[in-house]
Parts: sequence; structure tokens; C-alpha cells
Amino acid sequence: MIDVIDLKKNYGKLEVLKGITVTIGEGEKIAIIGPSGSGKSTFLRCLNCMEDPTSGSIIFENVDIADMKVDINIYRRHMGMVFQQFNLFNNKTVIDNIMLAPVHIGISDLRRKRIKNFFISIRNFFAKNRKPLYEINTTPSKIKAEARENAMRLLKRIGLEDKANVYPATLSGGQKQRIAIIRALAMNPKVMLFDEPTSALDPEMVGEVLELIKQLADEGMTMVIVTHEMGFAREVATRVLFMDEGKIVEDNTPEEIFVNPKNPRTREFLSKVL
Amino acid sequence: MGNFDKKLERFWEIFYQHGGYTKVLTGLRNTAYIAVAGLAIGIIIGTIIAIIEVFPKYKRLPKILNGFCTFYVGLFRGSPIVVQLLVTYYVVLPLLGINIPPLNVCVLVFGLNSGAYVSEIMRGGIMSVDPGQMEAGRALGLSYSTTMLKIVVPQAIKNILPTLGNEFIALIKETSVVSFVGAADLYVAFNYIGTNSYEFMVPYLAMALIYIVMVMIIALLVRIMERSLRKSDRRN
Repeated sequence: MIDVIDLKKNYGKLEVLKGITVTIGEGEKIAIIGPSGSGKSTFLRCLNCMEDPTSGSIIFENVDIADMKVDINIYRRHMGMVFQQFNLFNNKTVIDNIMLAPVHIGISDLRRKRIKNFFISIRNFFAKNRKPLYEINTTPSKIKAEARENAMRLLKRIGLEDKANVYPATLSGGQKQRIAIIRALAMNPKVMLFDEPTSALDPEMVGEVLELIKQLADEGMTMVIVTHEMGFAREVATRVLFMDEGKIVEDNTPEEIFVNPKNPRTREFLSKVL
Repeated sequence: MGNFDKKLERFWEIFYQHGGYTKVLTGLRNTAYIAVAGLAIGIIIGTIIAIIEVFPKYKRLPKILNGFCTFYVGLFRGSPIVVQLLVTYYVVLPLLGINIPPLNVCVLVFGLNSGAYVSEIMRGGIMSVDPGQMEAGRALGLSYSTTMLKIVVPQAIKNILPTLGNEFIALIKETSVVSFVGAADLYVAFNYIGTNSYEFMVPYLAMALIYIVMVMIIALLVRIMERSLRKSDRRN
């Protein structure tokens, strides 16, 4: 699903990622662990080009999205991302947070199709061979209604439908993060990227967020999770990557990594955190 | 002070019986028009410039636009507004062969001038918004400009509203120089009353009071607006 080939990232002279090659298959749940400063978050943020890679390629849906000429916005719609600091839009209510991207993207696609149809019909008027028009079977109000319905369905799923019309400032961290997760889900992503989703939470709220992530995993969502929750990584992940100093040091099943780590650095790290 | 009653009587005579109040009303309208339209233009220009200035600059076009914006801000912050008004009205527009009424020239100059100031205010406002907001928008597949306009700028405006209100107040007070190019504002109206009644004490006092009351009303409006925009911060 995602092929990362020799990915490198420098900040000025500082080499953060020193050539990472890894393949993320459909349905895999990959946990990335490692000491701080090892480049875990940077690697995750490179996957949807939140950080532009210095070199290397990231093949997603048969396109190298690391190429600066590619319109990254189209591919990001299929990659949900969840941040450590939740990053809910503070000026929007919960339901607007969830609806914003689907509605905006739906409507701008519709507008683009209409404009294209207009030019095609002009062309068809003069040319002999008729070009087919784009099919339009929706309206802005329909897009909005569908997005609202979908948002309410997602909110019901996490049991926060009564919070639909409040602003994020009134929510607890756990509630914010669960809403951030369903906000990403509202775009029907093919893969979810989690950047330390529970690190900014109070301990008592970690459980509810991990529970939701686990549900997604059980439904077969492909996901990449940077985490410090070793127990969670062990339970949910199908594969664990151990990163150190900008490289993937060990790449194996959770059983192997946690029970029987091969690399001395993995062993050292795990002895400290477990 | 003994003849203040008399002066008040003279003023009232010109103000009420000789139709001085129509001039005052016109002046009031023009002052408000220049300030409001000027600020509106200023906010639009300022927002555009601020967005260009905070835009990531690894491509050539943003670099060129940024250079242009720096020049523009330098130009309009670097000279007094009276000079800008005079130069525009007596030098630039005649050279270009454009003939527009003084009032509109004033709106244009005040708009361009406040655009330079608002751009700096707005830039500060945009930078005060958590970068995570932009990241979240981009991660959902929204473009830079969409995220900017729908998420970052509304939050920035909420943060800078007090400063923006200040800019509006400054603009209202600065409009008192528009008579330099022959636009009829409050000063022109009260000066007219003064010259016709041969005394200036009461007219100028009245003028001062009108300005103060105007500014106080605006300060109050800004407060109310601020409170309604802050509703997303309140726990309810």
C-alpha cells in the first residue's frame, strides 16, 4: 500500500532520517517505537508529506507523493492523521470540525466538474466527435446533508453525539482525541497515521482513545502508530518497527521484538521501558 | 468666559437656523465613510499581504511577492498620511490622467495606508495561532489557502480584534486631514460655522466632543464584537 524507498530527511545539516526503506501492506498495523529523537515522528510525518522528504520516494496508490510536482492534497485525503495535540479547529463546533473537509472537498470537486462540463459542452457544440460530460448526481446541499449524517453516525459511535454543537475548548483531552480520530475517519481514509495519540492525555483518558484505535484495527484499517504504549503496541500491532538514530534497526512481529529482540539497542531500549 | 452664552447663541444661530447642521451631518457621514471603507480595504489588503508574508518561501513567486509587499509596507509606513494624500491627489493621479472625486481619493489613500498597518497586525495574529491548526487542515487534504482562510485567519482575527479596533480609532482621527485635498469632513463643517459666526470656541469644542463620542461608541462596539467572537473559548 505504501512503499517507502530510501527516505532521507535533513534539517539543515542535521540528518534526522538516514535512508529508510519499508513496505506497509494493506491491513497491516504497524507500531513504531524507539527512543526520543530517533526520527519516529519525522518518519510518520514524511509519510503524508507534512515534512517534505529531502530525498527518496514514497509510493502511495502507484504515485510517488514525495515528488514536489504531485498535488499532495489529493493523496492526503486518503491518509488520515491524528496528532499528539489533537489539533481540533478551535473556531468550529465539533460537528463542523468533522464536516469541514468532506463538505469543502465535495463542493470544490463538484464545482470543478461543472466548470469542466461547461467547456466540454462548448467544445461539443463545435466538434464532431462528442466528448462525454462528467456525471453530476449531487448538489451542495446534498453533500452537506450526507456529511452531517455521516458525522452524526461517527459521533454516535464514540458516544459523543450530545457534544455535536459545542466548541472543542469545552471538551476533555480524551474526548478531543476521539473526535480528532473520527474527523480523520470522515474522509474514508485508506490508511491512518497516529503520531503519539495518547502522549498528551491524562492517564485516565488513555484507555478510551486506545480502545477506539483498537476497534479500528479490528475492522481492518491499515494503520501506522508512533507510540510509547508498549502494551498497546504488543496487543494491536501486526508488526513493530524499532527506530534509532534515523534508521529502522529492527522490523519484526511484536512477539519477536518484545520477547526475543535481536538487536542490542532494541534490547537496551526495551529493558528501560518495560 | 463671561460671554460664553453669547458665543453659544451665535453658534446655535449658524448651526441651526443657517443650516450649519447639514454640513455637520455631511461631514460626519464622510468621516465615517472614509474610515469604514478605508478599514475595509485595509483589512483585505492587510490580510493578503500577511498571508504572502507567512507563506513558505522555497518557490520563486512567493519570494517576489514578498519583496513587493515589503516595499509596499515600507512606503506607506514611512511617510505621513498627509503627504500620501497630497502626493496621490496632486502628483500621482494627475500624472496617470485619472480624475476621481476627492472623497474617493481619500478612501483609496486611507485604505492603502491602513493596509500597510493591518498587514503587520494580521501577521502577528496569524503567527499567534497554533501551527497545529494549519497542520490539521493540511493533513485532511485541504489546501494551504483554504486552511488559511477557513481556520487560521478567523482565529487570528479574534486575537487581533482589540488591536484592529485601535487601528479603526486611529483611522477615524486621521480623517481630520482630508480637507487638505478638499474633501468635506467634520473639520470643514465646523470651520464653516466658525468663519460664519466669527468665533471658533464653541464649534471646535463641539467638534472635539463629536470625535470623542464617536471613538467611545466604537470602543464599545469592539468590546461587544470581541465578546461574541470569544464564545468558542467559553465553557458552556
